[in-house]
Amino acid sequence: MTIDTTPKMRWWDRLAHPGQFLAWTGYLVWPLIILTALLFALGLYFAFFNSPADYQMGDTVRIMYVHVPSAWLSQFVYGAMAVSALGTLVWRHPMADVSMKAAAPLGAAFTAMALFTGSMWGRPTWGTFWEWDGRMTSTLVLLFIYLGIIALWRAFDDQLRAARVIAVFTLVGAVNVPIIKFSVDWWSTLHQPASVFRADGPTMPPSLLIPLFIMFFAFTFLFITLQVVTMRTEVRRRRVITLERKAARETGA
Amino acid sequence: MNGFSGILRRELRLALAGGGDMLTLVLFFVITGALVPFAVGPDRELLARIAPGIVWIAAFLAMLMGLDRLLRPDREDGTLALYRLADLPLSAILAAKVIVHWLTSALPLILAAPFLALILGMDPQTFWRTLLSLLLGTPALAAFGTFGAAVTVAIRRGGLLAPILIAPLCVPVLIFGVGAISPLGGPDQAGAALLLLAALSLMACALSPFAAAFAIDWGEE
Repeated sequence: MTIDTTPKMRWWDRLAHPGQFLAWTGYLVWPLIILTALLFALGLYFAFFNSPADYQMGDTVRIMYVHVPSAWLSQFVYGAMAVSALGTLVWRHPMADVSMKAAAPLGAAFTAMALFTGSMWGRPTWGTFWEWDGRMTSTLVLLFIYLGIIALWRAFDDQLRAARVIAVFTLVGAVNVPIIKFSVDWWSTLHQPASVFRADGPTMPPSLLIPLFIMFFAFTFLFITLQVVTMRTEVRRRRVITLERKAARETGA
Repeated sequence: MNGFSGILRRELRLALAGGGDMLTLVLFFVITGALVPFAVGPDRELLARIAPGIVWIAAFLAMLMGLDRLLRPDREDGTLALYRLADLPLSAILAAKVIVHWLTSALPLILAAPFLALILGMDPQTFWRTLLSLLLGTPALAAFGTFGAAVTVAIRRGGLLAPILIAPLCVPVLIFGVGAISPLGGPDQAGAALLLLAALSLMACALSPFAAAFAIDWGEE
């Protein structure tokens, strides 16, 4: 009996090659774009025309269909970044570096959008653009962390080294985010308690919940689409930099 | 353990030899605190009410200001490279760094805090609580700060980057630090905040040397 000791190439090992990554994800881009567009068309139709206005808040309740998914993504993207950071540190996967770098501005954008739509919603319903309440404050701190990570990416010259250092920082941040959230909640709370994911089932009527879920998926797929496109751009950008260096070397020699 | 105490002694001697640094830090702390009355007006009641917050934010800023000098000189003169080759694990060396950083940048501030308390018109009870919360909370700031310095040490123009990275992570320290002094929800809440602050400091001091060592190791190879 012989034991096969040749290492198996698993699909994520193949993806480590930038050329393979570009080839494989090339098939994904258009289906993802079409799926996202369909989900948004459906979700926005429901949100604008096929869901009731709130008896207290009126039509402003429709801001929810943008606000809640972007708030959800602001945390989901950080999770994606932390998983990519593990990929960088544990498996040294080159595409995990790229994924981490691509996710940071996207996460910052979704967090900023959650804050912006939140203050637009807060003005008519709470009577103020900004309130130092628990969730808003911890989202603001999350935005600061995202912006710090982006600044860190820009400060490094060598992107490979940057990836490992930033991966450590991202993981430390991931440990800290729950602590920040807890401390800020302890500090002050005005925001309504969680009402979608609860042990005893959602407290929202289904007429609001269905469009909200469609928008959840639409936003998540929007993130995935943007992430794949940004990663492809980053791979190409690195290739261009390498080619430029090569060209400079040849003209210099 | 011998190497550990040796590094402690070396770092302390270096910090004390450049005594100007410590004085600058204390001056920064006192001046920042003393500037607040100029900005908000000499209202004694208001100042006494926000005094704990002023002392904490001044200490917070003063501790973050010194981060750039924590590891960068070691990297520039090659000491950091030697540290990485030493028998002693890098995390132990960084733990020594955290201790020295606390001794040289937090302790002087705590010693200078009575002066700020006096000119801001704190009552004695609040003053003792402030001192206690600074004593329990600054180790967390020192630990987070060392981690921030480790993350940015490989960047040539790190400058303000470490404070910007670390400040959001230190929000809980600030919240519990001030919460331990001027309770929002009654005196029992202040006790809880003090305990949470101590827990935060213990956790940060225990974990940050390892995280900082990872950041330096992976950033250098």
